Amino acid sequence: MYTQALNDPSSKIATVEEGEEKLNDYFMERISADEKIEPNDWMPASYRKTLIRQISQHAHSEVIGMLPEGNWITRAPTLRRKATLLAKVQDEGGHGLYLYAAAETLGISREEMQQQLLDGKARYSSIFNYPTLTWADIGSIGWLVDGAAIMNQIPLCRCSFGPYARAMVRVCKEESFHQRQGYEILLALCKGSAEQKAMAQESLDRWWWPSIMMFGPHDANSTHSDQSMAWKIKRISNDDLRQKFIDATVPQAHHLGLEIPDPDLKFNEKTGHWDFGKIDWDEFKRVLAGNGPCNRERMEARTKAHNDGDWVRKAALAHAAKQAARKSTRKAA
Amino acid sequence: MAAELEIVSREALFDLALRLGDTSLVLGHRLSEWAGHGPLLEEDIALSNLGLDLIGQARSFLSYAGEVEGKGRDEDKLAFFRNAPEYKNLLMVELPKGDFAFTMVRQLLFSAFHLPLFRRMINSTDTTIAAIAAKAEKEMSYHLRHSSQWVVRMGDGTEESHARCQKAVDDLWPYTGEVFEVDNNARELIEAGIWVDPEYLRDEWNGTLDAVLNEATLKKPESGWMQSGGISGTHSEHLGHLLAEMQSVQRAYPGLKW
Repeated sequence: MYTQALNDPSSKIATVEEGEEKLNDYFMERISADEKIEPNDWMPASYRKTLIRQISQHAHSEVIGMLPEGNWITRAPTLRRKATLLAKVQDEGGHGLYLYAAAETLGISREEMQQQLLDGKARYSSIFNYPTLTWADIGSIGWLVDGAAIMNQIPLCRCSFGPYARAMVRVCKEESFHQRQGYEILLALCKGSAEQKAMAQESLDRWWWPSIMMFGPHDANSTHSDQSMAWKIKRISNDDLRQKFIDATVPQAHHLGLEIPDPDLKFNEKTGHWDFGKIDWDEFKRVLAGNGPCNRERMEARTKAHNDGDWVRKAALAHAAKQAARKSTRKAA
Repeated sequence: MAAELEIVSREALFDLALRLGDTSLVLGHRLSEWAGHGPLLEEDIALSNLGLDLIGQARSFLSYAGEVEGKGRDEDKLAFFRNAPEYKNLLMVELPKGDFAFTMVRQLLFSAFHLPLFRRMINSTDTTIAAIAAKAEKEMSYHLRHSSQWVVRMGDGTEESHARCQKAVDDLWPYTGEVFEVDNNARELIEAGIWVDPEYLRDEWNGTLDAVLNEATLKKPESGWMQSGGISGTHSEHLGHLLAEMQSVQRAYPGLKW
């Protein structure tokens, strides 16, 4: 999902330090009792570290995610679409902001997290390394990408860490609105001309597989899942979430009259689920490793915005310092 | 509604609605270009907000323009199927977004005029214009506050931010004359109490700017030669590019629903 890099087997989570067994036992009791862990509560260092990584990656994903959609704000085909897309991209920025704030409660600054992103030390969701080539892609991102995000984030509303869980409640409300907006864009295209419908189909062809890769590796290959499940950061496994998403999405595609680009997709009467074809994990790993269509462009755009904004942030700090100095001079006088 | 059409010409009212609608649309478009590229996340959000206000105003004014014209053109027909010479926006708003100083100084110059303008237009004898103005006035007061605060921060910030801000003021200044232009159509509407004589707003506009620029330690340029042409459709080189981008989907697939 937005934090799929956590599944990277190369990164290991530290075990609880010796001498902290009692605290850890109590912590695990609270987790078992479904209590929320709050920022000032004791928590294992590895729980803190995992959450910082997960929440900051989630925040980075929201911010990088503004770029592919922002690509169409100036070309949206009607004024209503322009306004709703701009509002949507603004929402993503808002999500980024309160996710950074949630992570800050764990003792890391937004600046530090952003620097980790710029240095390539922190990741963001690989889905945003794919390009938005047509207006239909704005529909597909809303319908599929936000749809997949909601699947993952609804269980996060019950995550054991209070600030993250609460942020997710608001994020999910907005995301489900975005998902309906995206679907409605595609519905308009599918009810429109042959060219518009072809545009929608071509977009689905490109976005389908990357969207279902958003749920991360199969459970058997997902290194950090077990620990995150035990801590109740993660509630449902990658494969279960992916299946839920596919089961919900296939009928929606049919309603649009679009074909999902998977020849093996078939409803399984026995299980009551949609069986699907083999995921190209080589593509997943390649894009995650930096070799997707837009990885370099996304980071360049983010770095440019950061560097171009440097003098603005410095100006704000300098002005605040001058004002504080003037205030204390007045007081002294 | 356009009940006053008996006393003013349809053309004049259409012209005014376009002037206001086009100006809001083009400035909203420029602000929207910042989404994802702002100097800090809070500003990505704030600039999107300002852009959304302006696009909302544009939709109201352009819908009304279509209604007044009476030829079946809606907000989208007017936005996406007119060429640059038919656009009536102020030149100031079509200039590229520039750096953050340029964007904020433009927003200051713009809202320092449009806040008192809309405040007076709430009393317009045209009830539709009055209703749009009542909503827009609240938005402009936020735009003015936000841009003033930033101009002060930048002007009274570092040497670099001061220099950038002063350059933006100097570069934009020749575009401020246009807000006070009154053509024959506007004169007709002013006499009918629909539109406001901009000369009445000059003192308040000057006062607002003097206060902000003074606090920002920036110099207000001497009033000199002023650019002109937006209202009559003779635009800068930039509007054509903006429209080519904005209208590209509609022009590539004309006559479809989106």
